[in-house]
Amino acid sequence: MAALPGKQPLIKLSYRPPNYESPLPYFATPITPNDRFYVRYHLSDIPSIDARTYKIAIGGDGANAQTEITFDDLKKFPAYEIVAVNQCSGNRRGLSKPHVAGVQWGYGAMGCARWKGVRLKDLLDKVGLKKEAIEIAFNGAEGPAFDKTPDFIKSLPVWKAVDESTLIAYEMNGEPLPHFNGYPARLIVPGWTGTYWMKHLSTIDALTKPQGGFWMNPAYRIPVGEFPVVARFMTQENATTAPITEMVVNSLITSHVDGAKVKVGKITVRGLAWDGGYGVRAIAASTDGGQTWSAATLGDDLGRYAFRPWSFVLTAKRGTNTVMVNATNKIGQTQTATLLFNPAGYHNNVMQSVTLNAG
Amino acid sequence: MRFVVFAMIAAFAGATAASAEEKPIELKPGPGLDKVEGNCAACHSLDYIQMNSPFLSAAGWDAEVTKMIKAFGAPITDADAKLIADYLTKNYGR
Repeated sequence: MAALPGKQPLIKLSYRPPNYESPLPYFATPITPNDRFYVRYHLSDIPSIDARTYKIAIGGDGANAQTEITFDDLKKFPAYEIVAVNQCSGNRRGLSKPHVAGVQWGYGAMGCARWKGVRLKDLLDKVGLKKEAIEIAFNGAEGPAFDKTPDFIKSLPVWKAVDESTLIAYEMNGEPLPHFNGYPARLIVPGWTGTYWMKHLSTIDALTKPQGGFWMNPAYRIPVGEFPVVARFMTQENATTAPITEMVVNSLITSHVDGAKVKVGKITVRGLAWDGGYGVRAIAASTDGGQTWSAATLGDDLGRYAFRPWSFVLTAKRGTNTVMVNATNKIGQTQTATLLFNPAGYHNNVMQSVTLNAG
Repeated sequence: MRFVVFAMIAAFAGATAASAEEKPIELKPGPGLDKVEGNCAACHSLDYIQMNSPFLSAAGWDAEVTKMIKAFGAPITDADAKLIADYLTKNYGR
């Protein structure tokens, strides 16, 4: 554990670029506090930004005009709020068997916040999109330590960029964004993995050709057809790989770690569930290794993109008790029983099985 | 060369008040360690190496070094690349 400026202690995976995940106790609530929210960077030259001089440049060959938006300008647009999960594409990579190279995240490369900002669509309306525009590309103010290293640039298909839920946020849980979560403004792409949520947003370009570069391909790719994702990014797909898009339905037991000691009798197991924005429909829990299942109780619904809390009461008998949990979303998708292996370690939504030792 | 690298790290650490405090990472001693410190640490902290140990085979570490050169543009000579990959395989390979 190590503390970054402005943060509670997080699990340090790397100093530079900074990659820090949230430990399990920080997921006790469906909103993750700002100072407990995980940190993920690809590049290590991360400037401190003064909101008074901060600008977002908007243009590109797919736009009819170009403009610059200041931080004050942003606040003049209609403001919207949304509660949404930001989960790193590689969350749980460290659990992959066989192991794959990369940041070895455990369960905590994710968080859920109430984001406030402006619709990306409203900003794009300022310049106007040509009918040939196919993608919207984003860059942030951070850069590589070495100038030959590819800058971190990501794009979205136009349909996702103009979705009313896609925001440029300047507040997180009622406060300015923490430096390490993208101050002063970042992209919010509800339902999609964190790779698209550009921090320290500096440029927005409408494109008539697909965005190239390392971070679009070969990075952040999944094998075509391996996962049951609905949202596709067709202008970036090829015969074998597709960009990662929406999150798969998943859950996390937050009240107990594997091997936890508990008292004999009634035990409340708690956790969170989320998906790519269809909404969590049900959580099933099993105490007999998956032979029989019963429904957990769902907690507050903060919206279809939010963490959904749940709880399940079991009667612990002396000795070993196991709890398995499986989330189902509103389009009927469930977690998997075994890992769907892929070379980057993405989309691990294997059902957890946690052992509780009662004595 | 090592002095230059540490000076660069110090420059990063002191760049802004919001920077992370980076503690020195002590890697295992062995032939090639100077090349690892001199090349790899210019762009990322050396805990990346510990984090990916001991899961990578010789081919896996070789692919990582190649990725740093080909995809990330690291200016590492062929001779140094081999010394680095050998060091990583011997000390942090599976």
